[in-house]
Amino acid sequence: MRGKVKLKVSGIEKSFPGVKALDSVHFEVKEGTVHALCGENGAGKSTLMKIINGIHRQDAGDIHIDGEKVAINHPQHAQQLGIAMIAQELNFVPELTVEENLFLGRLPGSSARVDWKQVRKSTIELLERENLPFKPTQLMKTLSISEIQQLEILKALSIDAQIIIMDEPTSSISNKEVETLFQKIEQLRNQGRSIIYISHKLDEIFRIADEVTILRDGTVVGSYPIEEMDEENIIRLMVGRKLDNVYPKEAVAVGQTIFEVKDFTSEGEFKGITFNVKRGEIVGFAGLVGSGRTEVMRALFGLDPHTSGSVYLKEQEININHPRDAIAAGIGMITEDRKRSGIVPVRSIKENGSLASLEKFFTGGRLQWKKEEETNRDYFEKMDVKAPSLETLIQTLSGGNQQKVILAKWMMREPDLLIMDEPTRGIDVGNKFAIYQLMQQIAREGKAILIVSSELPELLGMCDRIYVMNQGTITGELKREAFDQEVIMKYATM
Amino acid sequence: MFSFKKSSVDISKFSIFLILVFFIIVSSFLNPNFLSSGNIINILRQLAVPVLLSFGAMMLVISGMIDLSAGSVLALAGVLSVSSYKITGSLAVAVVVGLAVGVFANLINALMVVEFKVPAFIATLAMQMVARGAALHYTGGQNILQIGSYTVFGQGHIGPIPISVIIMTAVTGIIYYIMKHTKLGRSMYAIGGNEEAAIASGINVKKNKYLTYMINGLLVGAAGILFMSRVNAGLSNGAIGYEMEGLTATIVGGTSFSGGAGSTFGTLIGALIIGVLNNIMNLTSVNTYIQQIVKGTIIAVAVVWDIKSKRGGRKTTRKIRGEKNPEQSVEG
Repeated sequence: MRGKVKLKVSGIEKSFPGVKALDSVHFEVKEGTVHALCGENGAGKSTLMKIINGIHRQDAGDIHIDGEKVAINHPQHAQQLGIAMIAQELNFVPELTVEENLFLGRLPGSSARVDWKQVRKSTIELLERENLPFKPTQLMKTLSISEIQQLEILKALSIDAQIIIMDEPTSSISNKEVETLFQKIEQLRNQGRSIIYISHKLDEIFRIADEVTILRDGTVVGSYPIEEMDEENIIRLMVGRKLDNVYPKEAVAVGQTIFEVKDFTSEGEFKGITFNVKRGEIVGFAGLVGSGRTEVMRALFGLDPHTSGSVYLKEQEININHPRDAIAAGIGMITEDRKRSGIVPVRSIKENGSLASLEKFFTGGRLQWKKEEETNRDYFEKMDVKAPSLETLIQTLSGGNQQKVILAKWMMREPDLLIMDEPTRGIDVGNKFAIYQLMQQIAREGKAILIVSSELPELLGMCDRIYVMNQGTITGELKREAFDQEVIMKYATM
Repeated sequence: MFSFKKSSVDISKFSIFLILVFFIIVSSFLNPNFLSSGNIINILRQLAVPVLLSFGAMMLVISGMIDLSAGSVLALAGVLSVSSYKITGSLAVAVVVGLAVGVFANLINALMVVEFKVPAFIATLAMQMVARGAALHYTGGQNILQIGSYTVFGQGHIGPIPISVIIMTAVTGIIYYIMKHTKLGRSMYAIGGNEEAAIASGINVKKNKYLTYMINGLLVGAAGILFMSRVNAGLSNGAIGYEMEGLTATIVGGTSFSGGAGSTFGTLIGALIIGVLNNIMNLTSVNTYIQQIVKGTIIAVAVVWDIKSKRGGRKTTRKIRGEKNPEQSVEG
């Protein structure tokens, strides 16, 4: 069965005001294959997928399914054509039940009355066929992200989708859940379905993809069978240049202890946290999801309360009950959830950049707008933020560029200690590299960084020391010379 | 590469202004008196109260809050101000009392919202009833008449220009300054745009919410003084529903109901549109019931046109992630 072209897009063009998002894009997905789509944030992957899914209309170009030209003008139309999309940010109504969610928008019955019996029957059939342990009446909010994802796949199967688009499906699920997902993907492929798989994680792509298409700046660089590619090649094609070393770590003279935490405890979350950070150091916190790393960082920054313990910055004890206390003392924090507590989406990149340094720009009772513009422009240029102007709304930028603006926000503030919680999540290689370079620059200036990351290679690559956490306590500390993935995993699970 | 270019003039920013110009042109054809200086001054004088209220509404909506008590607090502040003038004979005391009542009521609004986490909609709805009840109880449901030279605020002139218009203009300038040039204004946008991000950036959200309500209180109090002074009485049942006038003006003027976006200029234009509309319908003797229908329809059409011309600019709550997105909204 393999080899027959299921989906073909050719000559797709799409412009948004001021941006050419896609330029004569051509690619083909064969039946019964997993086709990976790679590209930096902003390369046009999501726009392309939105066109295929009927959310956007292309300005020019054709889409063929099974050799037949189709004009997809609505997501429901895409569904009828057998296209299903499993979004990165899963959409669901938390108060609905599993069965309601499954048939949302296509409830059986007449327009006057929903046939709930039919809904129940079909739901049970589907759940049994796919061997999923949910109850039809279970509320969506009781499910984990991975379970909701399984349900989304089930939804795709219930409309017998032949083309399934998965946008970063592994970005917020555990390793074990990733295995389950991959098995499912194998199974879907063996049924002859085509999967379009978008991911920044190259190791995943090499594990499950048959072919890979690489996008850069809205054009297709090329489509290749996966056997012909290696990681280095994909990165080179994605960023348009060769990245010699993924982690630009360099030796920096380590100075005095700048930050010290003693017996920091929050009842029920973590206890007895004791550690220190020296000037010029990048200190990592490793551990499994739920080990309490994020909770410690949030409490240190005053976002969550703590019950006891003492914190010293530059040998002075500081009392942190609110982010304002932490910021005033000289601490900055890039939070884990950029959308929830990082960006102000409807405001410009300039206003987002200034947000933590308002007293610097509003002096003498008024805004020093020239100073604000110049400072922001300096930082954005230095950090290579890709945006048409300072007034561009931050929500229109790609995730990587948003993160750079957030980083600029804190660099402008010049904190002595910058806490970074998952700073590169969902960010492409090129921008990751840029963020690592900036971290390195902060360390060089004699400041310090605390970083929490679920990507162990990132910690191994960038840190001077790593603390490992498990179940709310620090279970180990490793110096760079002693970094060892297995030892860290041992500490993380002991 | 980050490139900074002088932003080309964005026509969509002025779409609401064009609607106003359109209304003015049409009105001047419908009635030749429309553009007479007497009529223009009349429009502006009638606008003073709604404009003050709309600025308060704007600041609250931008910060993600609302005030449904404005009309009632206006009445309470107004009657207490009038009454204190009748007792003391001092305009200064009357002004202080009027403003103080507005601020006090809004201090309680802020207290409910900030300390007890009551949704602003509910907290200020409760205040709406309490303030109205207090105003009616204080006057025993009667109107306070013969208010003497208290009428100077709403009816007095300096040269040819009504004092109320001067106050409105001055307030417009002050509000513009606050929104554009102060930390408070910038913080309002951030709080309404994403409160959690504002907190995590070290903005004193509580303090700013208190301040915003208190400025709203000053505006409502001032509106109360102007209102009573213009109608020549202390009306405890006056200005019913005026909070909606303020909200309508600012929403027509492009303020996003989901918070984080809106402008002083837009709000002023929004208020002017409604003022011009009221005026031309009175000049052409349109039946008052029909007036309501026309007003509602035109407001709906104006807002739709504005949204269209900004290409979905108001859908600011839409979740956007990943790639470039064309949605833009007007702010400033």
